[in-house]
Amino acid sequence: MEAKIKYLLHLADNPLILGQRLGEWCGHGPVLEQDIALTNISLDLIGQARLLYQYIASVSGQKTNEDELAMLRYENEYLNLLLVEQANKNFGHTIMRQFMYDAFNLLQYEMLTHHQDTQLNAIAVKSLKEIKYHYRYSSEWVIRLGDGTEESHAKMQEAMNELWRYTGEMFKMAAYETELLKSGEGIDISLLETEWNQRVAAVAQQAGLKLPQGEVMLYGGKEGKHTEQMGYILTELQYMQRTYPQMTW
Amino acid sequence: MFVQNTHIIRRQIAGLLHEVADPEIPVVSIVDLGMVLDIRPENGHWRIDLAPTYSGCPAIDVIPFLVKARLEEAGLTDTHIEMEISPPWSTDWISEEGNEKLHAYGIAPPNGKASDQEYEGKPRSCPQCGSTETEMISRYGATPCKASYKCLSCLEPFEYFKCF
Repeated sequence: MEAKIKYLLHLADNPLILGQRLGEWCGHGPVLEQDIALTNISLDLIGQARLLYQYIASVSGQKTNEDELAMLRYENEYLNLLLVEQANKNFGHTIMRQFMYDAFNLLQYEMLTHHQDTQLNAIAVKSLKEIKYHYRYSSEWVIRLGDGTEESHAKMQEAMNELWRYTGEMFKMAAYETELLKSGEGIDISLLETEWNQRVAAVAQQAGLKLPQGEVMLYGGKEGKHTEQMGYILTELQYMQRTYPQMTW
Repeated sequence: MFVQNTHIIRRQIAGLLHEVADPEIPVVSIVDLGMVLDIRPENGHWRIDLAPTYSGCPAIDVIPFLVKARLEEAGLTDTHIEMEISPPWSTDWISEEGNEKLHAYGIAPPNGKASDQEYEGKPRSCPQCGSTETEMISRYGATPCKASYKCLSCLEPFEYFKCF
């Protein structure tokens, strides 16, 4: 059961943390339409995270709830990918981070719609409808900006080079994933790497971007070992609940 | 006698739910949007199953609250509301009347069935002037369920309720 809870937390923490990052764009987008697009995607992601946290609270056998799970754990208890916690820089950098994640998430959720756990399956079917739209949005913007002006192209290439090191982690099985796979309750996430690479390469080619080669990959987020960025995001995310415990709107 | 009462109360609840407007698009009710899945007696109370639209729709917590408030106002205090995510809500469930209300309100309704196409499709016409010459501005609008469009004839911006 512990492996399953950890896996579900990993699935929930990704959209929570990325949703929080996208939410930081609220009021700061390059144009109004893109400002609301990013924050609408943020809403979808946080909604998906909520479905997962609610499910975890119901199966954990402990007295907890979605708010406590989302807001009151310590940094090393969050099991999200390093990629999603990386700080916002420019719009292009956010789009690249989103694209890398969406391409992965789309494949991952397609796989989860066949999962034997009926509740996880239902959450995946519902979320996948939204994720398809996210992927199309971010991949189109990667092409538009990569194939845009000299400046937008340079920023997209820089973002791709910088974020690439966090993509290997998506396909590396954490201990809890391996355990679930062995007991027949998990999925093999490493199987998605080839298709992810093909999709990303196809979009990069249209965008005129070069895929980084031989990059050293960084790991740890899925096991609770985060980059420096995580502390800052949790400070903001948890501020209200830590300052006014049990507060509600 | 009980059976008859059950029918009457169910009809009464259905009627009341018609009066609960979507907080984001107040011209359509939750019934128009196809969010009401089931109304049935269960363990001595009335259970109402609702389908949430988008996972992150801010109305997701407000709607059950509004439903409960409307029913209590009408004297139905013993109700239980459940959000059911499976099967996932689709714009295919919006009623014909709902689509007409959206159009009259200035939002182009979903054009075609979500189940027939991979993505959202395009608006049939501008809800302001009826022109079919329209152009997308952004894939997202004021809410995740809509895209931003402009009409190339009257030049007015409008929103399109995406097939989903």
